[in-house]
Amino acid sequence: MKAKIYVTLRRGVLDPQGKAITASLGHIGIGGVEDVRVGKYMEVRLHDMGKEEATRRLDEACRRLLANTVIEDYRIEVEG
Amino acid sequence: MKTAVLVFPGSNCDHDAYHALKHVVGVDAEFVWHRQSTLSGYDAVVIPGGFTYGDYLRTGAMAKLSPVMDAVRGFAAAGGPVIGICNGFQILLEAGLLPGAMIVNDSLRFVCDYVHLRTETGRTPFTRGIPAGKVLKIPVAHYQGNYFADEKTLSALEAGGQVAFRYCEPSGEVTPSSNPNGSANHIAGICNGAGNVLGMMPHPERCAEEVLGSADGRLLFDAMVSWLEERGR
Repeated sequence: MKAKIYVTLRRGVLDPQGKAITASLGHIGIGGVEDVRVGKYMEVRLHDMGKEEATRRLDEACRRLLANTVIEDYRIEVEG
Repeated sequence: MKTAVLVFPGSNCDHDAYHALKHVVGVDAEFVWHRQSTLSGYDAVVIPGGFTYGDYLRTGAMAKLSPVMDAVRGFAAAGGPVIGICNGFQILLEAGLLPGAMIVNDSLRFVCDYVHLRTETGRTPFTRGIPAGKVLKIPVAHYQGNYFADEKTLSALEAGGQVAFRYCEPSGEVTPSSNPNGSANHIAGICNGAGNVLGMMPHPERCAEEVLGSADGRLLFDAMVSWLEERGR
């Protein structure tokens, strides 16, 4: 089975990369972009274990390694 | 008196730290590979700078899981002096031995330069005897040294006297232009509540001899030696 994990900077944490990208988009003439926040996207393949168990394990993985909750939020999507 | 210099895959300031301890300060020093699970027999621990595990995922995120970090936890809990320098500081943050986290420098540039630090507390083994307010000239070299913590944590650090060093002008004045990376409250180094674990982004091991442009870094290692001597080590 497969899962997707999105790790994003928490609100209030400065994202200098996102700021630079926002400015660059303006420079190449793509207007109307107010803000860009850069995050991480991970694709995970797991043994079949049921959605609930997979979510439980990945939640622990995020808390202990994949995200730093001081500065990042995470979201897990397990494909059914 | 014996000091441990931890070595992870990707550490690259381990030899500088070893040199400063063994050949400049003159204390016994040994390299300790990160797979080792005990630190018994050592009196102080240095977690050196570098790019452990290529900074994969986040700086220090992989290194915090190495077996030696459990030993560091035990060593720190028993009151042993631990200093994490640059990537070593990032590892201590990831391991939860110090509060907060590092984000990318606000300039988006790798900064490699001498900076000035105002000593804020003499309560750590590495700043003992260095008067509060003393300005040290020590180099930094990092891309992710922008210290971040929420307001509550910052207030607790300030109230608890846990800010060890702040970026400043040569005069000691803390100004926006003296902050090389955008760190909250100009923080260059912090200690834990007990004071025995210190993390700092600047590199004292790179400036422990005048021939290198500054010998101010030696003050931290000399402080550690006198702290240990006082305890009969």
